[in-house]
This record gives sequence, structure tokens and C-alpha cells, in this order.
Amino acid sequence: MTDQSRIFAENSKACPRPLLQVRGLTKMYGARIGCADVGFDLWPGEVMGIVGESGSGKSTLLNCLAGHLAPDRGEVIFDTARGPRDTVRMSEPERRMLSRTDWAFVHQNPRDGLRMGVSAGGNVGERLMAVGARHYGNIREAALDWLERVEIDGARIDDRPSAFSGGMQQRLQIARNLVTGPRLVFMDEPTGGLDVSVQARLLDLLRGLVRRMGLSAIVVTHDLAVVRLLADRLMVMKSGHVVEQGLTDQVLDDPQHGYTQLLVSSVLQV
Amino acid sequence: MTGTGQYNFAYLDEETKRMIRRALLKAVAVPGYQVPFASREMPMPYGWGTGGVQVTAACLTPDDTLKVIDQGADDTTNAVSIRRFFEKTAGVAVTEQTGEASVIQTRHRIPETPLTEGQILVYQVPIPEPLRFLEPRETETRRMHALEDYGLMHVRLYEDIARHGAIATSYAYPVKVEGRYVMDPSPIPKFDNPKLSDCAALQLFGAGREQRIYALPPFTQVVSLDFEDHPFDPSKADHPCALCGAENSYLDEVITDDQGGRMFVCSDTDYCATRRAAGHAGAMAAPFEEVGA
Repeated sequence: MTDQSRIFAENSKACPRPLLQVRGLTKMYGARIGCADVGFDLWPGEVMGIVGESGSGKSTLLNCLAGHLAPDRGEVIFDTARGPRDTVRMSEPERRMLSRTDWAFVHQNPRDGLRMGVSAGGNVGERLMAVGARHYGNIREAALDWLERVEIDGARIDDRPSAFSGGMQQRLQIARNLVTGPRLVFMDEPTGGLDVSVQARLLDLLRGLVRRMGLSAIVVTHDLAVVRLLADRLMVMKSGHVVEQGLTDQVLDDPQHGYTQLLVSSVLQV
Repeated sequence: MTGTGQYNFAYLDEETKRMIRRALLKAVAVPGYQVPFASREMPMPYGWGTGGVQVTAACLTPDDTLKVIDQGADDTTNAVSIRRFFEKTAGVAVTEQTGEASVIQTRHRIPETPLTEGQILVYQVPIPEPLRFLEPRETETRRMHALEDYGLMHVRLYEDIARHGAIATSYAYPVKVEGRYVMDPSPIPKFDNPKLSDCAALQLFGAGREQRIYALPPFTQVVSLDFEDHPFDPSKADHPCALCGAENSYLDEVITDDQGGRMFVCSDTDYCATRRAAGHAGAMAAPFEEVGA
């Protein structure tokens, strides 16, 4: 862990600080554990995968990190424009501002992340308008540009997402999130519920965007192929605890913990 | 007590008025903020101005002169019934002249004659929440107001332009009050929006079914939301009034036959009548005659 941190630190000399530092993050649901004592550093430009079975606390952890859930203990220190700040103890307006500018959240179900009654252009433009864009022409231009980047035909800018296929909705959600140029993207099962060919296309697109924009990302998934493609680093969770973490290839090729071994060996081969 | 002896002055009991006045004071102190209040059952259906009537009842004193308008007119059902209601239960003087009234209850219009200091304009509001049709959850809209999270309001205007080529919202056009709260000005035409700002009169808004009161103190800055490249346009029908010839008043379109005949007349009946009495005449005006001549 410390070795890897040092490697990433050397790789990104321009940003000597981690983008996100998580310390002792714990969330309880009554007596049951949501996630317990999770800690890691995320460096600029790094993509981290979180895998584990259903109910292992992946989504709880992600929601705590993104400020959707209030953790019971721990710190989530984000390197904001004005220096590192603990987002757990931030005021609600500050956190909202952060989640509209530097952060993005891609939901598993695009219906959770999109406004289904608003046109594609309006969906992409919402974050811009929320941070003060007041020029219709510019907003529309940005929306068109982003639709193109996620491979949606610009002619469909005035169509509502309900007229889009599942894969297009997911791509629209990604465009809507990335339009303000965030530095950190949270993704909750971004390819869940899509058929395999659409998944591949989406992954390809995501990989391109993440690399080109130099985004940091935290990707929660139960699909090991997704993390193999996207993630630099991998964290394996079971029953709310992190049981193993390391470089993705290292963890997947040489799993140490019994649960990780089980997980890796359960992947279906075609 | 009034002469009838059957009701407390202005129908509502004093405790209820006190509760409404407290809400009003809070609303005036925080312009544009929606203050919840315990709306009472009134002897009229929701949608007929129960909120406005309660606010008016809480403001009236025996010395007041009341004017009630509905879509600008003094003689439509809603206006007549509310005016009679207060004549009966408060015994106050009533008028149809904007300048003589001290309290004006209105539905969907602001009078054309500029209001003056000391006047109170009471609006009937059907849906006080400007974000309602964008965000159905009340808990969420309240949080959005608290955090000044108003990006969604512009999404609505964006959708208008994307679909119609211009901001097609023509009534209940959202405004921002003193750079803070986004407010629904009740379903007044957007033509009236500029009159909200820097108005000398106190403006009170009552929503009975939704149990909300909000207010604009005199001389409050009220800005209609827009885009830099699609500025706010307080449009009206491009005609003069057919009766009084006014060029700058808000007009109603009146169908006159089934051959496509129509005329445009001032929606503010008092304004139109005053102008005609002063000798102004539009294209379709009958020659002015003395009443009873």
C-alpha cells in the first residue's frame, strides 16, 4: 500500500497530494455493519475498483464517499481548490457545490441520474446552469459537444431520455456528469443491466474519457472484467470490511485472501 | 363586531388573524420566502381564493377601502363574490377604483394604475412553489430553496427555448427576489412582472390549499429569470385597446362572433373605464354617453 502510494506520488509530481484520502470510514445500520474502518488514498488520474458480492458494503461505501450517506465515523478528505478538506464535516451547501463541480456520480440505473421529463440537452446543461451558466447558446453548444463525445447523435438533443435505449441513457448520464469537468467520478455499477455488446462499447467509451480527461474514478462493480479494463487499483470487500487491496492485475492474477480467490475462480469462462 | 352581529369583524376570529399576521410579518421580513401557516376552511372552494381571502381578512381594518379584481376585472364572479363577502362580514367600504382602494385583492393581474405607498395588494396563489413541476418532493424543494440550488429553474426555461424557440412561459413567470429566493409570482401574465419590482405598495401572497404565505415589501428588487441571449420579454398582444385605445395595457382577446371576429380590450376594467371617461376612444368604442342620458 505505501509502496504503491509512493509510486503514484512519483508518477504525479505535479500533484504531490492524494486527491482523496479516506480514513477509518465506518457506517453502521443499527447493529449491522454497512462498511467498517475503510481507509485508502486515491491519487490524481487513478481509477480504483471496488468489488465484492451483493451486500458486501460496496454501495454503502460509495454513498458515504460521495456524501449521499452520513458515515458514523471517519474522514473523507478531498483535495479541493482551496486545499484538502474533510467532506464529511463540510456544510451542506459546500458539499452540494462540490458534487456539482469537482465530483460526478454515475448511477447504476440511468433513471436515478437523469431527469426523464427533460430533454437530453437540458439534462446535460443542468449542471452548467446550476453553477451559473446563463447563456443559452453556449449551454446548447456544450450539450451538443458532449452528446457527440458519448456517441449520441446531435439530432436527438431535444428528445427526452425516455425515448432512448438503455445504453444511450447510460451514456447520456455520463455526459451529464462530465460536462462540468469533474476531477473525481463515482460510478455505481455503470454497466449493470446492459447487454454485453453495449457494455463493451460503454466500457470502451469510459476508458477513453477517463484517460483523456485525466479523471480519477472510483468504480463499484461485481463484474471483474469491468475492473480489469478500467481500474488501476482494486479493493475487495466482504461483509463491510476490505479484505484485500492492491494493483488490479496483481489482485486478479495472484489473489491472496480466500474470498478473493473464490471470487476470481467464480468468473464464468466462455 | 359588525352591524350584522353574526360574525367577528372580517369573518375570521382574532386568534386566527393573529396567526396569519405573524406569518405575514415573517414573510415580509424574508422577502420571497414561503411561510407555512394554518390555513382555515373558508366558505368557498379551494381555487377560489381562500388564501387571498384569509390574508385580506387579516389585513382589513374598519377604515379600509377594498377593491377586488379577477383577471383585472371588477365585475366577474370571483371578484363580485369576494367583494360582497367582505361587505357583509366586515362592513368595509368597497370601490372599483384602484387609486381609492387601500387593500386590493387580485387574481392573476396587477392593476395598470401604478400603486402607491400605503396600499396593500393581496394575491390569490394556486401553487406557491415555483419548483413544483420540476421537483415533486416538498422536502427536496425546501432544501433547494435553503441552499439556493436554483439550476433547475433555468432547466425549465432551457426546455422552453429548445422546444419553442423562445421562453414560452407566459404567466407565473419565475422571479428572483432581492438576489435570494426564487418565487412564483402567482399566475399573473409575464407582462405584469416588471410591476412587481420596486413597487411602492406592500404585496402579499396567500395560498390557501397549499398553506403558504409569502410577501414582497415595498421597493423590493424583483428580477425575472432569463438567459443572456434570450432576455426576459414582457410581451402582450400587439394591438391597442379596442375600447379606450390604450397602447400600453395588458389586453384580453374577446371573440365577437363565429366568423373569426375578435377585439382586444384592456383586461383592467377600471383602467379602461377611467380612460374612456377621460375621452379616450379606441377603434370599436361606442360614442361616450352620460349614464342615463
